[in-house]
Amino acid sequence: MEQPAEFSVTEGPGRAVAVLTGDWTALKAGDAVKRLTEALAAQPDLDLDLSGVGRVDTAGAYGILKAGGGKIDPDLIKARPETLRLLLLVEDAAKPKPPVKAPPRGFLQMLIRIGRGVVDVVQEFSETMVFGGHLLVVVVRAILNPARIRWAACISLAERAGLDAIPIVAVTSFFIGAVVGLLGANMLQQFGASVFAVELIGIAVLREFNIIITAILLAGRSASAFAAEIGSMKMNQEIDAMQVMGVDPFEALVLPRFLALLLTIPLLTFVATVAGLLGGLLVTWSVLDLGPSFFLERIVENVGPTHFWIGMSKAPVMAAVIAGIGCRQGLEVGGNVESLGRRVTAAVVHAIFAIILIDAAFALLYMELDL
Amino acid sequence: MNDLVPVPAPASVPAIEVRDLVTSFGSHVIHDGVNLTVNRGEIMGLVGGSGAGKSVLLNSIIGLRQPASGIIKIFGQDISHVSRRRWGEIERSWGVLFQQGALFSNLTVRENVAAPMYEHTELPRKIIEELAELKIALVGLPAKAGAQRPSELSGGMRKRAGLARALALDPELLFLDEPTAGLDPIGAAAFDSLIKDLSDSLDLTVLMITHDLDTLYAITDKVAVLADKKMVAVASVQELEGSDHPWIREYFLGPRGRAAAAASVKAGTIA
Repeated sequence: MEQPAEFSVTEGPGRAVAVLTGDWTALKAGDAVKRLTEALAAQPDLDLDLSGVGRVDTAGAYGILKAGGGKIDPDLIKARPETLRLLLLVEDAAKPKPPVKAPPRGFLQMLIRIGRGVVDVVQEFSETMVFGGHLLVVVVRAILNPARIRWAACISLAERAGLDAIPIVAVTSFFIGAVVGLLGANMLQQFGASVFAVELIGIAVLREFNIIITAILLAGRSASAFAAEIGSMKMNQEIDAMQVMGVDPFEALVLPRFLALLLTIPLLTFVATVAGLLGGLLVTWSVLDLGPSFFLERIVENVGPTHFWIGMSKAPVMAAVIAGIGCRQGLEVGGNVESLGRRVTAAVVHAIFAIILIDAAFALLYMELDL
Repeated sequence: MNDLVPVPAPASVPAIEVRDLVTSFGSHVIHDGVNLTVNRGEIMGLVGGSGAGKSVLLNSIIGLRQPASGIIKIFGQDISHVSRRRWGEIERSWGVLFQQGALFSNLTVRENVAAPMYEHTELPRKIIEELAELKIALVGLPAKAGAQRPSELSGGMRKRAGLARALALDPELLFLDEPTAGLDPIGAAAFDSLIKDLSDSLDLTVLMITHDLDTLYAITDKVAVLADKKMVAVASVQELEGSDHPWIREYFLGPRGRAAAAASVKAGTIA
């Protein structure tokens, strides 16, 4: 059975001896190591007798070694050969290492981190430019020679990124349309202008919500998927294999994703428009008692196609941004799992950020154009 | 002008020539003037301690990394100054087996092997599929492996599949990154003899990174030793045993080296 570590100092003829008993292991050593250290500090010329100990593991051996001041003199220790061998092994491994240069702290560390951050931002910017340039070259080459486009990959990606996203886009957009209708109806009723709820729904859905909802959902769905797919291919050296095979990863991986979104986001935006209007229509019908034909008539007469085209005009830009950011983050994945997680997160966050920013820019632009 | 030189270049031109290669990660210098020449038909082993920059050297040669300075020539063509078309020809002339196989995980083994042929040849689909089956059989994989995905294969089978893909375009030059690492001794020996057979019958030039002393003894013609940021020796294993460089001595005359040498002598007498 296991015994707790223990020791006793015996004053024999000649030198005093510390006799160790029990198990000197990580679990059983308890405070015996500490007491042994104190005993040896008080009586530095104590010999050690380990011949009576049970089990000794590296933790116990390290404790005994440290108690003895980090040095073992094999002649002064009585121990079974295997215990002695373990002690010598641990002594060898515990040899003092050259001091590691302490990392700078405080103010200096702050300066270093700020400096790194600035350099990273500059690097990130230049890498984004390189990515954009490369993508542009590939797109132009594909336009000049459409045979280079991998249609099979494009279609399968369009199905996964576009077709499969229809339910979520439609449902989300439907509810957004309904909520806008409900809020508008309640507010406008106070002025006796509840009919204008139709214009409110029309403009909000056609101009902003259809594309914003689609783009943000696709940023969460597809930008992350693109980054994760390309990133894990990168980790598995598949991108390297592609390159030495003479295949440009931009042509084989990035361009199909780019085209797939370019194709499907306008279609999804249209689906979102219809679903959002339907949501608004049902609310105005049930709350305000304005029938569907009245709703549609007002939409056509008072909202008109301009707003619809303004919403749709943003779609290709959003598609480029989502595909570009997703693929770029995927290609930046390094060799470890942590960078994969970070890059996938970055893909979604950057994409949503860019979507909101671009939408704001469009809003300003169209306002200046008086549209 | 260079484009007028016909691509199999004269036999006297070495397959790979690396001169004064310098590579560094930031301030950390990996290679400081590395030289290496691999002649046609040779099987060259590349050894060196962990972190000596073997894989980095390989990546530089196959164009995945830009060296800080130095010249790398493949069949006499400086790879940093080639036209796009010539670079494509060079890429078609080599096959690379990465350490983990690097098979495309969303394709089956057959599609993996067929991928380079679809990329670079105008062969009809049916012929490509038959050729892919042939390569799969050539590297000793069972026929049913062709329909499987890389994740369904064992480590050894994945290496064989990687080799089949590397051989897809019948390259003149084969790069292998630790082909036998992680294989059991029987599988490793079988892989060794496979590479030897293929290189003999297809007249391949092979550059392989390996730590497997048995492989070095069994199939390499020459071994290049990367140490102290330089290529300290390029010679046959027998000559390297007599070297007085401390790292080489420890490598070949340590207990494992001696065991491998004894095994190869024994194998030689039996054969």
